[in-house]
Order: sequence, then C-alpha cells, then structure tokens
Amino acid sequence: MSFAKNLRCRECGRVYPLDPMHVCEFCFGPLEVFYDYEALGRTLTRERIERGPLSMWRYADLLPCAAESAVDIGTGFTPLVRAARLGRTLGLERLYVKNDCQNPTWSFKDRVVSLAVTKAREFEFDTLACASTGNLANSVAAHAARAGLDAVVFVPSDLEQGKLIGSAVYGPTLVAVDGSYDQVNRLCSELSDKYPWAFVNINMRPYYAEGSKTLAYEVCEQLGWRAPDHCIVPLASGSLYTKIYKGLKEMAWLGLVEWRATRMSGAQALGCSPIVEAWERQSFNIKPQKPNTIAKSLAIGNPADGYHALKAMSQSGGHGVAVTDDEVVEGIRLLAETEGIFAETAGGVVVAGLRRMVQEGRVDPGELVVAFITGAGLKTQEAVAPALQPALAVQPTIASFEEALSERAGALPATRK
Amino acid sequence: MAKQRVKFTFPQEMIKEPVIWRLGRDFDLVTNIRRADVTEDRGWVVLELDGEMDEIERGVRWVVEQGVRVDPVAGDIVEG
Repeated sequence: MSFAKNLRCRECGRVYPLDPMHVCEFCFGPLEVFYDYEALGRTLTRERIERGPLSMWRYADLLPCAAESAVDIGTGFTPLVRAARLGRTLGLERLYVKNDCQNPTWSFKDRVVSLAVTKAREFEFDTLACASTGNLANSVAAHAARAGLDAVVFVPSDLEQGKLIGSAVYGPTLVAVDGSYDQVNRLCSELSDKYPWAFVNINMRPYYAEGSKTLAYEVCEQLGWRAPDHCIVPLASGSLYTKIYKGLKEMAWLGLVEWRATRMSGAQALGCSPIVEAWERQSFNIKPQKPNTIAKSLAIGNPADGYHALKAMSQSGGHGVAVTDDEVVEGIRLLAETEGIFAETAGGVVVAGLRRMVQEGRVDPGELVVAFITGAGLKTQEAVAPALQPALAVQPTIASFEEALSERAGALPATRK
Repeated sequence: MAKQRVKFTFPQEMIKEPVIWRLGRDFDLVTNIRRADVTEDRGWVVLELDGEMDEIERGVRWVVEQGVRVDPVAGDIVEG
C-alpha cells in the first residue's frame, strides 16, 4: 500500500491533495510528495520489504502508488557490484558500483517513468508525453506500450537518427522540433498547459521524481541494510541526486538502517556544469548555461532542482566536481576495462569525477563509496569510439596474426605453447 | 486570454533596469511576481504573465532581447 499523504511546496510548505500538479499555486515553487511517516514507521520492516518482488516495487510502501497498480516492465533491483579493480586503480578500498545500466531500457529513467506512468493511469490520462534527447524518451515510449497508452515524444530535430530508434520501436508519435534547446523547452512547457496529457517530468513530476529514491533503498539493502559513507551521483536537473539523499534519510528515519551521515557528492561535465559552478562560487544561485558537452544525458543548463542539490551537498559534507569531455571518455574506458561495465557518458562523468576527488584528497580511501552508473554505453557509442583502438587486421595465417600482434604495443604477449 | 509562468534571470548589468515595469507598460500584459531573489550582482524573478498569447510571446521576445534569460518556471523540460 502507499502511505503518500499529500503534496507539499518545497519553498513555502503549502499542502495540496495528491493531484496531477507540480507547482505551488501561491509561489510557483516545486511540489513534493509527503508521506505519513508515523504509519510507515509502524508498518514497514526489513522483512516486509524482503518479501516483495525483486524490483523497485518491493519499496512500494515508500512510493506514491500501490504495487498492485504498477506499470512495470521489470525495473530495478539492479546489481550493486563490489568494484575491487576500479577501486585499486583509483586508490579506494571499498568501492561499489550501482549498475543501473541493467534496467529494461538501459537507464535509471525506467524508475521514474514507471512511477509517473502508474500515476498517470491512476489519474485516467490516456496520453503520455515528454521532451528528451535519449533515455527518457526510450523509457516513456516503452512504458506507454506496456500500459496501452498513447505516447507523444518531442525530440530536437538535430538528434541523430540512431537515437530515435530506441524510442520509435515502441510506436510513439515522435515529434522532431526545429528550434534551439531553449525553444524546445518553452514549447513543451506551453503544450503541457494546453493539452490534457501526462507530461512525465512536468505535471507528473512530483510522482516521477520519487522513483529515484529506490536507488538509495536498493543500495542500503544490498549492502546488508547499511548506508554508504559516500555517494557520487551524476548531476543533471539535480533531482536524482536529491532523491537519493531523501531515500537515505527515509531509511534512517524508519529505523531500517543506522544513520551514517552519508556524504553526497555530485559530478557534472564541465561543458554543462551550472550546479558545480555555483558550488565553486559557494553560492546557492544557479547561473543557467548553454550546454556544450558529449555528456548529453546530463546537459541541463537550467536545472530545476539545482538549488536543492546544492543544499544537500552542503548539508551532507559532499563535494561538486566537473570534468572535461576527455576525462569523461577516460572514465568510460576505465570502468569498462576494470569492471566490465560499459556505461554511457554520465557514467564516465561519475568515474572521472571520483578519480579527481580522490586525487584532491576529498575521499577517504577507507570510506565505503558507491558510484551510481545510470545508463548503458551502447546508446552513446559515438562518444567513446574515436578513443578506442581499431581491430588488428590480419590475413588468415598465424604469421600474419603474430606480425600484427608484435606491431601493437601493449598487446597480448605472443608466447607459444 | 492566457497565462504563462516564467522565470527571468538577470545578468549583473541588467539588475538596475526596470524590465518588469516596462513589460507591463509597453505591452498589454499583467505581470504578477510570486518569488524573487535579487542582489547587487545577479537576480531572478518568478512571475506570471497574463494577456493574449501573441502579446505574451511579443513581450517575452522583448525581454530576451534586453539580455534577460527567460525559462519555464519548472526549469529545463528537455531531459537526456
């Protein structure tokens, strides 16, 4: 069952019913789902959770919808991997990677969209909508198919053809908008006022955002009901980051884990780093930026939850780090070559950011660190392809093979049996 | 008539300019400020614009031309 009680404004605290709305009518501040934590505290136990399905829906009590009504394509309970080799390379003794590449549409967006779509169906919307350059569009289209709803997906018209397929295959209405990034933003915001659709990250946003908390719950459970000492999370709108922190706090409030004052660090690509830029200025005021980075899934120049991310960073004793595109590619390769996980650019941002923070002495080598890898690399192959070695081209003879092998520095030693 | 909720972000050089006053005077729009934070070196204002849709668009275009950034109140809608 759901213990969701009402929506509350994060700015002025005004309370609203659990309706399809996202901003406070009074101050236009963002709304957030609030729960009956007293009743939750009386009901929720580790055993109750452990009896649930092996998916994000095992935490339905902590979400705004009941598990029975879930639109679920098999999301969540993704592996938490002990990353010993990557840890050794970086100089960390207890590093874990939360591998959210393994969700049904290969990114963490399935968590938030599963909730948004479940709630949209509850509100009797018949059409889902979103504006996206990749992961979100894929997930919305897939969930709409599963739920039997229509989907309208807006994409910038200069998006590569290959990126459209991961959405188009599920049969949504794809709309390519010919305009700048800011124009696409404004258009979709205006459309959300005009059409009776469930825009997953606009009018469904309070519910949608709650899905990210399940990453925190899973990590705690997978660590044997223990919170990490330090999390490093990619920052785009700041929503994922703040919700992971909220999830950790809820786990402790409800007595499911001991409070460990987990430090929350966030990573961005330098070409779109409005949150880290404000962090470095020691300011809570975000200056919007025009994105220019290969980490397109993090390219949000005007992050909706930037202020709240900065507050969480400050309260938790975390840090904000921005890395160059070259470092992003190195990060992708490092994770792949040490742990066998092929992440998209956001994963490269996290690994490169963590490396930088270790080098700067901002991470204690003995801390239990969890790096959140939120999407799979097959979607952004073009980012890493130029940095990879081409295949050895050989004739079908041993001599040709050995000659090519000897010419490549650092290749396998050609020791014969 | 239409309403639009927007966020204006002012660069330092625009802080002293009465942009919102001029928007209400020179265009057929009602401006209704709901939240703001303005200091000597930067500022943002969240407000509602009330008027005909064409007039809202004309007004917003003028605000952008002045060097003020205009965004949806909920931040960026387009996600990765």
